[in-house]
Order: sequence, then C-alpha cells, then structure tokens
Amino acid sequence: MGTGELQAIDDAVEATRLRQTDAPDSQVVRFGPEGALKLDSGHSLAPWQIAYQTYGTLNADKSNAVLICHALTGDQHVHNIHPVTGKSGWWDLMVGPGLPIDTDRFFVICANVLGGCMGTTGPASANPATGRPYGLDLPVVTIPDMVRSQAALIDHLGIESLFLVIGGSMGGMQVLEWAASYPERVFAAAPIAAGARHSSQNIAFHEVGRQAIMADPDWRRGRYLEEGTSPRKGLAVARMAAHITYMSEMSLHSKFGRRLQDRERLTFGFDADFQIESYLRHQGLSFVDRFDANSYLYVTRAMDYFDIGASHGGRLAEAFRGTRTRFCVVSFTSDWLFPTAESRAVVHALNAAGASVSFAEIVTDRGHDAFLLDEPELFAILRGFVDSAARARGLA
Amino acid sequence: MTRLDPLPQGAVPVGTGSEARVDLRVVAELVAPGSRVLDVGCGDGALLELLGRTRGVDGRGIELSQKGVNEAVARGLSVVQGDADTDLVYYPDNAFDYVILSQTLQATERPKQVLQHLLRIGRRAIVSFPNFGYWRLRSQILFRGRMPVTEDLPYSWYDTPNIHFCTIRDFVELTKEPEVNAVMEKAVALNAGGQKMSISAPWWFWNLFGEQGVFVLRRG
Repeated sequence: MGTGELQAIDDAVEATRLRQTDAPDSQVVRFGPEGALKLDSGHSLAPWQIAYQTYGTLNADKSNAVLICHALTGDQHVHNIHPVTGKSGWWDLMVGPGLPIDTDRFFVICANVLGGCMGTTGPASANPATGRPYGLDLPVVTIPDMVRSQAALIDHLGIESLFLVIGGSMGGMQVLEWAASYPERVFAAAPIAAGARHSSQNIAFHEVGRQAIMADPDWRRGRYLEEGTSPRKGLAVARMAAHITYMSEMSLHSKFGRRLQDRERLTFGFDADFQIESYLRHQGLSFVDRFDANSYLYVTRAMDYFDIGASHGGRLAEAFRGTRTRFCVVSFTSDWLFPTAESRAVVHALNAAGASVSFAEIVTDRGHDAFLLDEPELFAILRGFVDSAARARGLA
Repeated sequence: MTRLDPLPQGAVPVGTGSEARVDLRVVAELVAPGSRVLDVGCGDGALLELLGRTRGVDGRGIELSQKGVNEAVARGLSVVQGDADTDLVYYPDNAFDYVILSQTLQATERPKQVLQHLLRIGRRAIVSFPNFGYWRLRSQILFRGRMPVTEDLPYSWYDTPNIHFCTIRDFVELTKEPEVNAVMEKAVALNAGGQKMSISAPWWFWNLFGEQGVFVLRRG
C-alpha cells in the first residue's frame, strides 16, 4: 500500500470512534462487581458494559422483542445514521416500518458484541486494574460469552422471552447459541449465512488477518493506544483479505473483471492498476477509521472457537434436544465462507432433534455478504417466517 | 383432454381444481388426528395446511423448489428446501407417525430407497402416485403410439420431472420385495373424477381404471 494513500485516513473519524469506546452514542448498561460476567475462559469480567440501540416500542406483555445479532465488524447501529461513519444503518433493508422486521410491530434491540469497540467492553476499554486500555489483557471472549452478555442486557430490560433472535454470519452463530443455551427464551430463531462451527478454512483466513495486524510495527504488542500509534496497515490488509471471502468470484468478475483503474494501460509497477485493487485498498482503509485492531483479533478468535456440536458431546442435535423454538435457516448458493452444507448440517441436527425448522438456499451470485444486500427471495422467506411466527405468538 | 401448457419446471402436477382437493382430502382422511407428519415433496404446503387445520397435525415438509418453500413458510409451516433422494437419510428412525409421499414417487431417482426411508422414518408411510396402468395412458401408447400426455401428467417425455412411472400393480410388487418388506394397511384407488373406487373391486380393475393409487404402509 502506498504511503500517500495512508494520508487518506481521516483522523477526525478515528477520534470520533475512539470516543465511542467508553461513552457511545447509544444506550449503554454498566454492570458492577455484583453483575460480573462469567467467561468461558474461566475469567470473570467486572465491571463491564454493553452498548445497544432499540427501535419501536415494547408491548405491555413484553412479547414483541426482537434481538438482532450483528456480524464480525458490525455494531448496534442497525437502523440509524452511524455516529462515526455518517452512513445509514447496516440492515436498513431488513429493519424498519413495514419491512420484514417491522419496527411498527416489534421492539428491536441490537447490542454491540463483547470484545467490540462501539461501547461494549472490549480491548480498547479501560482496564479497571490499571486504568489503561486492556489491550491483550482482556480475557479472550467466545460466542457463548457474547450471548451471555446479551442475556444480561435482556434481563436488565425486563424481557423474559424474545419473540425472535436473528442475525447473519457471526450474528447467525449467536442466534444458534441463543437457541441452544436459552431455548425457553427464544420463540423464533433465524440464523442466516452461518453455521454451527467455524471451519478450518475460515480459521485460516482469520489467522492471516491477525498475523497481518500483529506484524505491523505500529501494533506495539497491542499497546498502540497508549503509545500513540495505530496498526493501520496491518488492519487494512486483514480487512482486504477478509473482504474477498465475503464476495464470490462471480460478483468480483461482474463488478470489476480485469478493468483498469483511471488509466489506459498497465504501469508495470505496483500501483493499483486494476479496479479490484483500488476497491480493496479503499475497503481496507475506510475500515481502519471505524474499527479497533485489537477488537478484530478478539472477535475473529471468538468465531474460530465456535463449535456448538463439540460442546455437546460431538452431537449437534444434542444442543437442540427438546427445543420448542421455531427455526428458519437461510443460506446462499455462492457463499463460500459459510457454504450451504454448513446450514444443512444445522438443519439436519434440528430435524434429528424434532425441531420446527424451515430452510431455504437462496440463489444469488453475491456471496456471503448477500444477507446485507437487496435479495428479494431472502426478504420474502423472512417476511413469511416472521409474520407466521407473530401470528403464532398472538402478535397482530 | 390433452393440455400442453407447461407447469413450472420441477412442479409435479396433482390434478387441477377440485380434483386436487379431493386427492389431498383422501390422504388427509388416512392420517390419525394429532399425529406427527413429514410431507416429502410438499409443494406449497397445501396438504400440510389441510392436515394442520382439520386433523390437528404437527407437520413438517421437504420441498425442492424455492417458490414452494417460500409459500409454505409464509403459511406458517416448517418446510426445508431439499431433495427426497438425498436428504431423507438425515432423518432419524421413527421420527414421525406418518411420512407422506404425495405424487412425488415417480419424480425420484431411486424410488425403492426412498420408500425404504419412508418406512424407517415414519411408523407409517402414505404413498400416492399416478397409475401408469390407467386405461387412458395405456390407450395413448396402444392406439397413438405416443408417450401419454394428460391433464394430470402434462409433460412431454423429454422434459418431464417424472422419471420412474409405475402401475398400481408394480407398486404393490415393490412393497413386497424383501428389502422393502412393507405391510399394506390400506389401499385406495381414485378414478378420473378423484372419487374412491369400490373396495370390493379386484386389483386388475384398479390397475386399469384407477387414475391414482393411495397406499398406507407400515414396516413388516
């Protein structure tokens, strides 16, 4: 990456983002020592906080709450202007008045994940023991830890049972974990473009990203916030590698082909001759403004550790034994990060457990990120699923 | 009677108008109230919905087409997009009281294996299929020398999803094969009007005049 392009990093945006760490532009619940969070690693986290957004109104019997679980680098700003980037909500196509997750009917909650950097306790948060940012002193967190922290938030809001838990990718992992850990608290569950475990190939890609961050001299063994540096190059490379896995060869080809960027012929050098190079550099750089490098290490690790079957004696069906939750599992034909086989494994386990499960594989060439895009078939099946579940729960 | 306008690719015709409903009603009458049912090749979920409404059934479905799955899910049904030939293996033994294969047997790659799975997954299997021994189909081959195309089987031979036709008599023989070893609890033949034919009629009569066969089987 050329150093000139790094000047494009917006220091003002980064400063705004750093302010979100402890005092986010959203609601936040702070838990003291009495609300210590037990982690899978054996550690106990206290004090800690969780930042969240809500949309719509909770009804009198608190039966219309929807929990949205965000993906790896998402956050709680599902359906509002993002306080750091100024962009609209990441699931504005799905969440809003009259949309499949209808904010006129449902009380929608989305929390920033544990280990994140938008107001929930993460590696950039102050370590109460030292007063300095945690850095790598924060215990490693897992998907079940994230779900446990969300359950604490749901308790705090006085909600006994969620009408729907929904999310894509890492969000879909959280959905499955919710259904396995708190079956009586989840009426309906929709894991999209996800799986019950992170595959070896996925772990491999994450490791490339983490190594890129840790190889950046500005990473300073995770202490960059105190040392006034930032592993921008490493984080941008990590994002570039990951971004490729979110698309498909077909979508890359149709979007970019081998077209050249702002030039007539090859330069016989290492500038971004091709549009795809320029696009990836842009994706990497704009990500650096809004995301914390250490958070990237923690959330990718959480995904890597995820394996619901392994934590239930190697039998995934055991995780869902006796469940009364209604499931709707969705995959995409061109998703090679979480291919349909991963979703089918979940469906087969749910079948074996006698669960009520629907499943559809949506035909699209847009790859893993299709769950964030305008996919009419996705909206159609989720609208049908959500509406019928709402009728079953007596929500008009 | 010949109808050539094609149905959507992958759809298996179950008759038209009131005939379809008679067919579904006949199957529904065979299901004990309150049971657990898996409908393999459930289409838009019409039978599952009927079973839920009239028999209080806890139903699940498998359907190949995206359109069918979407419509069934919108009806509030639990339907998995999948293929009878490859996905039944993942269902555990005795998971359902009934497994229904309605007008789908002839579209499967391996009807025998599918039938074995039905009998393994369900305590009972209900199978309905178009009878290729029906006299109108026989007469098309006999007199016109052409593969039959009818209102209920509207496809030309080269673009049909139906690849394994059988007669009522063929199916009965299949159920007796040692690997299948099914006990026939009930058998119903429907005539062209979708009406049940007399139980006292001999097999040859069903095989010639029955347009569809509906069977309730259990493991021997």
